[in-house]
Amino acid sequence: MISTLGRFTLALALGIAIYGAIVSILGARRRKPALIESGRGAVFAVFGLATFAVLLMEAALVGRDFSIQYVARNGSLGTPLLYTVIAMWGALEGSILLWIWILALMSLLAVVMEGKRNREAIPYATAVLLCISAFFLFLAAFPANPFAAIFPPPADGRGPNPLLQNHPLMAIHPPCLYAGYVGWSVPYAFAMAALMTGRLGEEWIRTVRRWSIVAWGFLTVGVILGGWWSYEVLGWGGYWAWDPVENASLLPWLTGTAFLHSIMIQERRKMLKVWNLALIITTFALTIFGTFLTRSGILSSVHAFSESTIGPLFLAFIGVILLVSFGFLAYRSDGLKAEGDLDSLVSRETAFLMNNLLLLGFAFAVFLGTLFPLISEAVRGVKVSVGEPFFNKVNVPIGLVLIFLMAIGPLIAWRRASLESLRRNFSLPLLLAFLGTGVSSILGVRGLYPLLAFSLAMFAAATVIQEFAWGVRARRRISGEGYLTALSNLTRRSRRRYGGLIVHLGVVLVVIGITASTVFRLEKEVSLKRGESMHLGRYEVRFDDLTAWQEAHRFVVQGTFTVLNSNRQVAEMRPSKRFYASEQQPIGTVDVRSTPREDLYLILSSFTQDGASATLKVLIRPLVMWIWIGGAVMALGAFVAIWPDRRVLAAEPVKERVAWQPGRS
Amino acid sequence: MRSVLQSLLIVAVLWAWWPCAASAIELEEQVQLLAAELRCPVCQNLSVGDSPSEMANQMRELVREKLKNGESPEQIRAYFVSRYGEWILLAPKRQGFNWVAWLLPFGAILGGVGVIGFVVRRSVSRSRAPGDAQLPPLDPRYASRLQAELKEWGQ
Amino acid sequence: MATWKKLIVPIAITPILLLLAYGFKTNPRQVPSPLVGNSAPPFALSSFDGGTPGLEQLRGTAIVLNFWASWCFPACFEEAPALEAAWRAYKDRGVMVIGVDIQDREADAKAFIERFKLSFPNGPDPQGRMSIDYGVYGVPETFFINREGKIHYKHVGALTQGILTTKIEEML
Repeated sequence: MISTLGRFTLALALGIAIYGAIVSILGARRRKPALIESGRGAVFAVFGLATFAVLLMEAALVGRDFSIQYVARNGSLGTPLLYTVIAMWGALEGSILLWIWILALMSLLAVVMEGKRNREAIPYATAVLLCISAFFLFLAAFPANPFAAIFPPPADGRGPNPLLQNHPLMAIHPPCLYAGYVGWSVPYAFAMAALMTGRLGEEWIRTVRRWSIVAWGFLTVGVILGGWWSYEVLGWGGYWAWDPVENASLLPWLTGTAFLHSIMIQERRKMLKVWNLALIITTFALTIFGTFLTRSGILSSVHAFSESTIGPLFLAFIGVILLVSFGFLAYRSDGLKAEGDLDSLVSRETAFLMNNLLLLGFAFAVFLGTLFPLISEAVRGVKVSVGEPFFNKVNVPIGLVLIFLMAIGPLIAWRRASLESLRRNFSLPLLLAFLGTGVSSILGVRGLYPLLAFSLAMFAAATVIQEFAWGVRARRRISGEGYLTALSNLTRRSRRRYGGLIVHLGVVLVVIGITASTVFRLEKEVSLKRGESMHLGRYEVRFDDLTAWQEAHRFVVQGTFTVLNSNRQVAEMRPSKRFYASEQQPIGTVDVRSTPREDLYLILSSFTQDGASATLKVLIRPLVMWIWIGGAVMALGAFVAIWPDRRVLAAEPVKERVAWQPGRS
Repeated sequence: MRSVLQSLLIVAVLWAWWPCAASAIELEEQVQLLAAELRCPVCQNLSVGDSPSEMANQMRELVREKLKNGESPEQIRAYFVSRYGEWILLAPKRQGFNWVAWLLPFGAILGGVGVIGFVVRRSVSRSRAPGDAQLPPLDPRYASRLQAELKEWGQ
Repeated sequence: MATWKKLIVPIAITPILLLLAYGFKTNPRQVPSPLVGNSAPPFALSSFDGGTPGLEQLRGTAIVLNFWASWCFPACFEEAPALEAAWRAYKDRGVMVIGVDIQDREADAKAFIERFKLSFPNGPDPQGRMSIDYGVYGVPETFFINREGKIHYKHVGALTQGILTTKIEEML
């Protein structure tokens, strides 16, 4: 019953989405408000149907309805409730359903929130969003149907992949990441609307700014959570392996960050119009590309869903998006000439151009490295691997220059930075950076890259703090407020600027965390008998006990280890190995003790059957916690930046170059 | 001030480049370094050093034994490549076609710097083209007030 | 915008799309072995039933060298009967079938042999030296070594009766 109902719902949603897209365009071209209203209604309807489909799927999962193939493959009688619920997005078909639902929700919000201000663009944006929804609905209705039935229904399901039921992070990482991916559909839709209507002025940038920051914020959190998941759940001691799907999530983040910076140039100087449109198209295409990589089977990855036939469909979709979007861009390019010129080589505009270049260079390196195994096979017929050593060697220098730009960007004035202003702005941060470098090397940092990383990070932090300090000082001089009031008023007056600075501070924390945890990493693998200890760094780890027990859905072997620091017991840690019926190899579960100073990471590598001895791998990674904290700070900065200003912006006169013509675009 | 900064810069760079005073790297560290370059054949994109799998354990043991026997890292890498193919190395060997992967990003960025330089210069010269109106002279009352406030700001 | 600028994007995108399309034909999990066509690496097993089959002593015989594990389900389970049948059919024609049990426990391995009534020699590879020497990256994998000691063919995945017969005949 659920199967038929579910399939019908998806098919109906597909039909309505296609209808809504056609009707929106027709209504806009023929100036028929009734059709436009109908298109708007379609967005509401698709959201309603998508919500219903999600609820149906959850009902089937929680109700253990094994007559549905997806439930039979991803649910089981023994799986705990939480993991049953989140199994909805654990495999291919369900993940597409999640994408559909988030896209429907964002389309709805876009239509509702932007409806009044953008009357001309909205029908086209609606049509674009509905077309994207239609593609995913098509996938869900036909090749990858989550409601496909299985006959006869098995007595018990296979259960979710054990890696997906080891940790509650699985509940938030995919939805957050998907919100980040899907979020870019809205700016893309408005960009396409601008191209289609010919309204290529600053209107679309203003509309799109907030949505872009929201998408960026979710994507940032999604990527950081992915790193956390890799660290805590996959249990190999690291948080980033340059796996193809990790890279695929990083690519739109990089181009999206570039976009957020370069639209500032367009807002102030009315330049880079074509570039910004190209960037948003690329960012959106990359979000679909990431999804494509994990579902097509062309690259092996930790994340690969089952190989399926939808790969070619995704590729066709990406091709259509790129060719159509860039086609429109080329068609309209004559109306997109820059309206200004740069005043000086030394200016923030140039710094932002360099920022864009390096972010895209970084993205290009990641893209090339990810696809290079395929390229090598196509050209030479030889399979090669491109992994961490390559990406670290190529990306670290680029990243360091980016941090340098991040540090100096806020210190260089728009238009023309005079030598005087540069000297004034740079002296204190530079001095602090040098002091910081000295401190780092005293603390034991050696090597050019690590020292550079630390000093540039401190340079960037000093810049941010200086900006806040000067702002607070200026406010206090004028109004005599207290420090905190001044700080809050300062931020409120110029949310984007100070929110952005907070984001930079978050990046600094992430960089410091990554550098410290890589450079000062200690590791050791030792076989221990009961009662024996091993030493690493400041810690002594003693193997106490090995216990085993059966749970409903798995068999667990757990080691108990006492951790001592200077002969005082600090913790008892319990890494384990979990044996699932459906898996040939056990899943290791690590135990991590996190403090702001360092992480102590224990992996139970192997053990003897009688429990007399166990092989333990111990890692010490300093400052890892600051990576997660930095991610949260970045999200906070984005949040500050998008919070609406209390000031009501006066309506600006429309100043496009392209004359509006009725009935034609 | 500038000379102080310059000398600090020189000192910093020298400090960073000062060769590591430590004697020959320990065996374990060598094993770890090599293991980080080899791909674990049974995992997804993990190095032999990072992988918790049994095969990776066995490979690490083999590397350790070979190093003890006096083989050089290059010989050990060559051994694995002869058994598994180039695929076993986690970074493409820097030869022939693989240089595309290593150099193209940097080439693209350097090319981009050139393009930006050209575009910016052209834009700047366009903005300085003849017909650039002279700014009207500053009203002396405001000028002196401006000077005073700027001086105060600089403190 | 000049025409050539308008064409930059389609010209840049097309090769990438073609490359990705090419990717559908390749299998990232299949890694071709550099050993095929070369001399087989020497080995000396100590089998479960006490024998010590080694490459040197077997020169002149064609060898079917099969890497398996008792936890390798379902592939090894599928091919075990086919291997046993091939062994029985060809053992008097100068063909040797040898099984190498990797990353396994002795008790489980013996149970596997018992279950499928395997009569050809099987031995463990305790430290993985042999599987690394043969570039094994998964189970099951089978090497067909001809009489001169060169590797004629490597098969990844479960073997069928048909493939076994064909490849053995090729070596005879």
